[in-house]
This record gives sequence, C-alpha cells and structure tokens, in this order.
Amino acid sequence: MDITNIKEWVSLRTKGGVHAPHRKHTADCETVVMPPPERIILAMSQHIGVPCKPVVKVGDYVEVGQVVADSDQPVSAPIHSGVSGKVAAMTELLLPGGLKTAALMIESDGEQRIHESVKPPVVENYDDFIKAVRASGLVGLGGAGFPAHIKLQPRNFDAVDTVIVNAAECEPYITSDYRECMENSWDIVSGVQTLMEFLDTARVIIAVEKNKPAAISELSRIAAEVTRAGHEVIVKPLPARYPQGAEKVLIQACTGRRVPPGKLPSDVGCIVMNVASVAFLSRYLKTGMPLVDKRVTVDGSAISRPKNVRVIIGTPIHEVISFCGGTKFKTRKLLMGGPMMGLALMNDELPVLKQNNAILALSEEDIQLTEPSTCIRCGRCVSACPMNLVPPSIAAAYQNKDTNAMEKLGVMTCMECGCCTYSCPAHRQIVQTMRMGKGDVRKAAAAKAEATSTAKAENQPAKQAVTAGK
Amino acid sequence: MENPLIITSSPHLHCGMTTRGVMLDVLIALSPAAAASILLFGWRSAAVVLVCVASCIAAEYLSRIILKRPQTVGDLSAVVTGVLLAFNLPASIPLWQAAIGGVVAIVVAKQMFGGLGQNFVNPALVGRIVLMASFPEDMNRWVTPLQGASGVDTMTSATPLEVVIQGGEMNYSLQELFVGIRPGSLGETCVLALILGGLYLVIRRVISPTIPLVYIGTVFVMTWLLGQNPFIHILSGGLMLGAIFMATDYTTTPINKTGKIVFAVGCGLLTVLIRVFGSLPEGVSFAIVIMNILVPLIERATRPLPFGEKRRLRNER
Repeated sequence: MDITNIKEWVSLRTKGGVHAPHRKHTADCETVVMPPPERIILAMSQHIGVPCKPVVKVGDYVEVGQVVADSDQPVSAPIHSGVSGKVAAMTELLLPGGLKTAALMIESDGEQRIHESVKPPVVENYDDFIKAVRASGLVGLGGAGFPAHIKLQPRNFDAVDTVIVNAAECEPYITSDYRECMENSWDIVSGVQTLMEFLDTARVIIAVEKNKPAAISELSRIAAEVTRAGHEVIVKPLPARYPQGAEKVLIQACTGRRVPPGKLPSDVGCIVMNVASVAFLSRYLKTGMPLVDKRVTVDGSAISRPKNVRVIIGTPIHEVISFCGGTKFKTRKLLMGGPMMGLALMNDELPVLKQNNAILALSEEDIQLTEPSTCIRCGRCVSACPMNLVPPSIAAAYQNKDTNAMEKLGVMTCMECGCCTYSCPAHRQIVQTMRMGKGDVRKAAAAKAEATSTAKAENQPAKQAVTAGK
Repeated sequence: MENPLIITSSPHLHCGMTTRGVMLDVLIALSPAAAASILLFGWRSAAVVLVCVASCIAAEYLSRIILKRPQTVGDLSAVVTGVLLAFNLPASIPLWQAAIGGVVAIVVAKQMFGGLGQNFVNPALVGRIVLMASFPEDMNRWVTPLQGASGVDTMTSATPLEVVIQGGEMNYSLQELFVGIRPGSLGETCVLALILGGLYLVIRRVISPTIPLVYIGTVFVMTWLLGQNPFIHILSGGLMLGAIFMATDYTTTPINKTGKIVFAVGCGLLTVLIRVFGSLPEGVSFAIVIMNILVPLIERATRPLPFGEKRRLRNER
C-alpha cells in the first residue's frame, strides 16, 4: 500500500459501512459441479433492461449453447439453453420483486448435446469484441445483471483509463467470487488482458477484501507475471467492511474518484466488472460456450452441507438445495443473493437466474422479527450510510409525501445496501422506506413528464386551427 | 402451505442492538457516579434517585394510558431520565419536590411532544430548571460531603464554582474536585466516576467522544482566554455530567457529525458566558437547553452532501 501524499490517502478513504459478520463457511469448499436437472426454466427477464422474447417454439429440439431467447433492443442480452432437449412449455414466473415474466421450460434428454454454434468467436477488433460479448449472453455476474456489452461501450471511450475487477465480495456467506480467484486465476488474468487490449486502458485494478489473503497472493503472483510497461495490473487489498464491493464505494476506494449522483462509472473514467464476469469472458473467447451455467454459494443455517455449486442456469432452487443435502432445520427464510441485499423468496420453485450468486436458507436462529419502534435519532444510520445520506430526514419527507425534499436529500442515490437498517437500534425498516420514497419520486417525475408532454400536444392543435383559418 | 417462508425487505441481518439495550448501557455507565453519590452524600442520594426514577416511570406509564398510546416504559428511557434528573439535584432536596421534577420532565418535556424520539429539549434538564425556578432555596442547599450514612449537615454557602467566578480563593484542591469531595448536585461532583461512565459508553459505541471532548475543550479554552482557571472550571459545576450524559442525548442533539461539533462548541460558549457574565452560577443546564432549541437549524445547515454531489442545491428542506 503506497501512499504518496496525504490528500490522496484521504480521497481513498471511504465513509460509512458496517462490520457485518463474514460467515464465509464455504470459502474452502472446492466448487462441485451439479449434474443437469430434469428440466430447466429460463426466465425471459434475467438482466437489467428489456426482457427477451423466445426464438424457439414449444416442441422444438434445442441443444446446449443454443440461443433460445433474444431481443432487438439495445439494453438486453440473449439467453441460451444449458441442456439439450425439447422445449416443453411457455410458462410464467413470479419473480421475487413481484414482477411477472414469461419463461421457457426445457426438458433435458440427459445427453447434453452441444449446439453447432458453440465455437470460439473470431475477434479481430473492438467491434468484433462487442459482438462476441453480446452473443455470449454475459450480464453482470455479481448480482446486478447489467448486460456486459453495453457496459463495455461507454460513451466517453477515450476518457476511460481504469478497469476495476470487483473481487471484493463483501456480502456475508457468499464465496463464489473467492472460489473463482482460487480455482480460475488464469482465466481472470487472461480476461483482464483482453479487456486492456480492447478497451485500450493502461491500468487494471483487481480489488479484493483483506479477509481473503489466499486470493490476494494468488492473484498478485499471476498479475506480476503479466504486468508490463504501459499495462499495469495491480491487486489492491481493501478493508473488509460491507459494502466495500458496491460500485461507487469501490471506485472511490481504488481511485479516489466519486461518481456524481445519477452518473455512471464511465463518467469518472472507470469501468467496473465482477471477477466472475471477467473470467467467463476469457473462457468464452477460448471455447465459445455462452453463459449457461454459473457458480452459486449455497449456505445458511438451515442447509445440511453448505458448498459452492456450479449449476446450470434454470435449475429449480429446490433441486440445488437437495443436491447440497437438503435442509437440516426448517427453512424460515429463503434468500436469493446475500443477506444484506438479497431478495426473500416466496417458495423454492424459482429457477436459478443469471443474477443469482447465492442461495441462503436461514433457519429460526437467524430470523429477527423485532417490531419496529420509534426513531430515537441516534444517528447510527447516518454514520453507517456509505452514500452520506440522512435517512431520518428522508423518512420524514416520505411521511409528508414531499417528493421534492426526498430528491434533494438524495434518496435516488440510495443504493439499498442495508447498512442503515442493520445498525438501527429501533429496528426500523429504513431500506423499505427508501424504496417507497424512490417509487414516489419516480411516479412524480413520470407524472410531471406526462403533464409537460400533454401540454405541448395541446398547444399543437391550437396552432393548426389558427393556420387553417378556423 | 403451512408455515410459509417469511418475506421481508432486505437486509436480513441485524447488528443486534435495541433501544432498550442502549438505555441499559447508559444506566450501567451512570452507576459509578450513583455509587460515588452515596459514598459522598449518604443514603439520601439513593432515596432521591429512587424517587425520581419511580416518579418518571409512573408519569410515563400514566401519560401513555391517558394519551391512548402504546406503553413504552419497557424501553427504560424513563429510568434514564429519572437517574439523570436526580443527578442534577442536591441530595437534601425534599423528596416530594424530586417527584414533581420527574413528572414535569416526562410529561411536559417528553410525552406532550410524542414520547421518545420526539422531544426537542432534554427532559432531565427541563425538570431541573423548573425545580430551580420553583424551589430556589431547596435547590441551593448542598449537603456537606463525606459525612457518612447519616449525613444531614447541609450548607448554603457558595459552591466552588461560585467562589471562583466571583474571583475568590476556593479551598478545594484539584484532586478533591476530581474525586468529588465538594458540595454540589448529587451526581455531578465525582468527575472520576463520570469519566469512567463516559469511557464505557464510548467503548460500547453508544456515544461518540466528539461532543464531550469538544464541549469540555471549548470551556477550557474560553475560560483560559478570559483569565480564569480552566482546570477548576472543567472540574466544577455540572460540566462533566452535562458534557458526557446530557449533551450526548440522541433525540435533542444533531444527528450528523459536523452538527455535533457545532452543537458542542455552542454549548461550551454559552456555558462560559453564563458562568462568567451571567447572574447564574451554573450555565450548563441553560446552555444545553438553548442549543437543543437550535438543533433543527444546525442540522439543516450542516447536512452532509450525498455521495458525489459537489455543491449544495438551493431551496433544500
């Protein structure tokens, strides 16, 4: 850690956050590959952006790696089948957020025949690279699910000088990125080299939390071998404090730059990619196999044998849990994702989605159902907030239905990390209030936009009437 | 499906703190000073503390029933108010007056504004100020310290602070001031016990040391600039008690870091102004109450900028 001057050191210090318990029970569990299930269910919406539409029909025979759904809209990514077999049905899924999405059910014939389109892509220049990234179906494997080919086409291409590989993995329980570092470190570094080449960046920072010393030394060893003049690959250990891996916090901790509200990382010259996404990219360019499976950490106090599993995307969650020995205690909460930002599921029938990097089954001992009580204005939420917000003020504005005040207080900057609610002695549901506040702000903005466009439209007929001489 | 899965908003982990737990920590932090008060002023101190606590609990219990609100005595905040109020009273105060103080503190300063988290002034200080205005002689009758259990000797002479401010020579050494062997309110004299309690609160992360350090530091610097003895000033009067336990009350102090510093500096300035130039011997109670009233303004002026924002937006609320 070399600090050249105080100012730089100060700019790298991130505020807020909480010391959530690590609970990395599966850190030393070598990833186990789960055999293909009897059927997979592929949701049409497994990414941020426009949902895909199926390009196959019920009754079609599909093979591993074949495109089964796609979209012609820019912010989207194709979906591929992870099994070979017949398309059995089109169904509907209720996603944990309450949204409904269409889904394809494919019954596996057990043969795992690979489709002819699966071959290493020919990539000779940047445009080929972007086309290949899109064709791979890659979306952010850290859980956000943002289509990678869009992220790799920043508006200000020339201003981007740093690529940050996010191996922080700050959420408790989850170790899938750590296992990627330990098992596929060469894929990571080769992916980093590819990014440096096509994005024309001089610097790549691989950010890892300090609670993963083995990963840090493994990555440092390989990074040192590929670093050369003008192409730096640095491994940066960061304090193990949640939410170190959050995009904006990570960019500040690595470069000192702060992404302004409403802006993107590329606006401060950075692109952030999850380490598993980078490793996948490298494997795709070598083999041509698109995104059909991923590593998922299965843990929680109710799981019999927690482990890291490589599952085919679309495998129903209850089958993944059975593969891990089932539950030894009654599951009271089933989470998709980590315990700080993950979504609570209604049942275990949901299939594994592209954005899913953990399945946590929590038993009674981990459930805290304390009734919220009055805010005592202790300020713990204010100290904990990594985005420098003042949750009680926003909550008061929400109660008053004051969307202007909420916006000025920065509610849209809230990343719903959960640090506030984690620290609140009164057990208030602060994140929930933030989400509702954001919803109100969006509704108000939409209503305002509609009002202005209606006003504009109303002015037009008046003009036409005048010119028609009425 | 029997026993369906529980669905709540994220996060699904909690640090484990509760409001009751915080109050319990404050009570533990106050116990060294309570023990010191019994050693210094006899069993009467314990009686005053018990009466104050009992009247606060009863006042809260009854007012919640009358206001038709959920019962909150279980969160122990009334107990804390009772103890703090008692610490601000002389050990010789008639118990019925102490009880009135408790009722005023809870009903007027707290429950009438909505209860815990809604009051805008420190309830214990309001209780003390009302008693000072209503029963000035009883509030200025100090028990001579170290008389043993049956201490009934009281004195109406000036406290060390009063003597020093009037420019006189007081006959208590700094060590005696530090340990609390001087006349004064039953909980304010033993600086050692109060500091121990303060350290406990800081270690338990209940309070941050910012406000006490800035408050006491401001008083130190200001009294030194005004030609008085700063050490005597910070060891006398209710400064230690006020800076560690009253000026750090969550509800009535600013919620953000810069605001806390501004608040503490203001408390320090007002305390010294009242002590040196005002006609009252003690400025801590009034200083804190006046700054409490300014807290909403301080919070607005010192609101932190959301991450990445460069300049303050106009017309903010």
